[in-house]
Amino acid sequence: MSDKPLAPAIDGWHTMEVKPHLIGTQCKECGSYFFPKNNDYCRNPACDSTDFREVELSRTGHIWSYTNACYKPPAPFVAAEPFEPYSIAAVQLEAEQMVVLGQVIEGVSCEDLKVGMPVELVLEPLHETDDDIKMTWKWKPAAL
Amino acid sequence: MSNEVAILGAGMHPWGKWGHNFVQYGVAAAREALKDAAVPWQDVKFVSGGATVRCGYPGYVAGATFAQALGWQGAEVNTSYAACASGSQALAAARNKILAGGCDVAMVVGADTTPKGFLAPAGGYRPEDPDWVRFYLGITNPTYFALYARRRMDLYGDTLDDFAAVKVKNSLIGSKNPRARYRKCFSAEDVAASAMVADPLRLMDICATSDGGAALIVSSIEYAERIGRGDAPRVAAISTTTPTFASSVVEMPDIATDSAAAAGIEAHAFRSTLPLKAYEEAGIGPEDVDLAEVYDLSTALELDWIEDLQLAPRGEAAALLRAGDTAIGGKIPVNVSGGLACFGEAVPAQALAQVCELTWQLRGQAGDRQVEGARVGITANQGLFGHGSSVIIKR
Repeated sequence: MSDKPLAPAIDGWHTMEVKPHLIGTQCKECGSYFFPKNNDYCRNPACDSTDFREVELSRTGHIWSYTNACYKPPAPFVAAEPFEPYSIAAVQLEAEQMVVLGQVIEGVSCEDLKVGMPVELVLEPLHETDDDIKMTWKWKPAAL
Repeated sequence: MSNEVAILGAGMHPWGKWGHNFVQYGVAAAREALKDAAVPWQDVKFVSGGATVRCGYPGYVAGATFAQALGWQGAEVNTSYAACASGSQALAAARNKILAGGCDVAMVVGADTTPKGFLAPAGGYRPEDPDWVRFYLGITNPTYFALYARRRMDLYGDTLDDFAAVKVKNSLIGSKNPRARYRKCFSAEDVAASAMVADPLRLMDICATSDGGAALIVSSIEYAERIGRGDAPRVAAISTTTPTFASSVVEMPDIATDSAAAAGIEAHAFRSTLPLKAYEEAGIGPEDVDLAEVYDLSTALELDWIEDLQLAPRGEAAALLRAGDTAIGGKIPVNVSGGLACFGEAVPAQALAQVCELTWQLRGQAGDRQVEGARVGITANQGLFGHGSSVIIKR
């Protein structure tokens, strides 16, 4: 990796701290959370609110399921050469009662994962541009 | 029953990677269905097409495209787009037209020509599009199928051997289907030797995209009786229900589920809610079903569907498979067409192809694939953006 500045791969979807949070919204009326952010209309069928607050989501959760990517995805994914397979986890957040997908940190394979395993959110590079290093959220097993 | 329609004819263009215009497949399927029904084209007063979004304007107006190709004769047309459930939604439109007294005979037809390689999203920087986001973050279609498969392994003890056994079963029966694209019998060793795509799924666990076309001729019960076809298989139910907030299963192309944090909200799994309306509408239960055609986008997903259709208790579909009960001669044969494993997916035609197979099975015309004494069949499929369907055919 170079010494280029770090920048979020997608603006406004997570904080850039060492212990980062995903940024979602919460309906002020019914309490439903939304990730990615939804600021316009509540999708709970029992709620017609249009008022939301921006919230940082729980940065820990438990693995709902997991897999990996053995082949290079098509664009807009930007793959390193040679392509390195990576693991992916779907993680249940308790307070929000929702499941969020993300890559798992480098160096963790499917053999290291299990449904129910506690994980935490961290940032790792997704790819590099001419100007900066694009960072994204990844799940890290709590035991590591 | 007042809400039933008769299936007078069924037709399909063989699935493959033929590279022709989709209209050609639809016309071939439509003509086969007309011939099968012994109904003249001029008697069809409603043409209901499943749209394809891959073939330009003619695909968006598929109902009119097929009507023109078969020769304008003044019929009314409809085009339905509901991703993988497009065919069922087109069938529902035809049924509703008939039941409302708008016509006696309708044609339902869907066909597709698929590109080679990955289905990639539109370009640019478009974080407002969930399909763009997930590809950017490295999450492809097999990711979702693999998450469901791995969850089965960790929760229910399903094994790679179980998933391979689904492929072996479907390839054996599909080898006897002249309309299937893949007609080679594969062994468990063949599956194990294929490349890992998304752990635990290998290349041979995942379905391909195909060209193909399927069509049905449906009519009012009165019309069927008038032409001496009162015993034809009937559409007893069509469910195209949307999900119920909040989703409990992360669905393609989303990066997250809904939140079930609000008071009074429970999380629901979409697949398992789809057949509920179908069973209710048909007035039957899972115990009445003789065979099922389900959307095996992956081998493991066939096992999920068996449980979603309540043909086995949750977590026990693999036991049914191991006992041979989902094969021909078993208690509840599943995907005796060979399924998507042998066809590959031709989106607007696929839900209709499932109904075509059930029609031939219920008529006793399925040859080497015949399920003896089949009287009730059910289909299930799911597509993107809250689309899915379950159709019950009986005679």
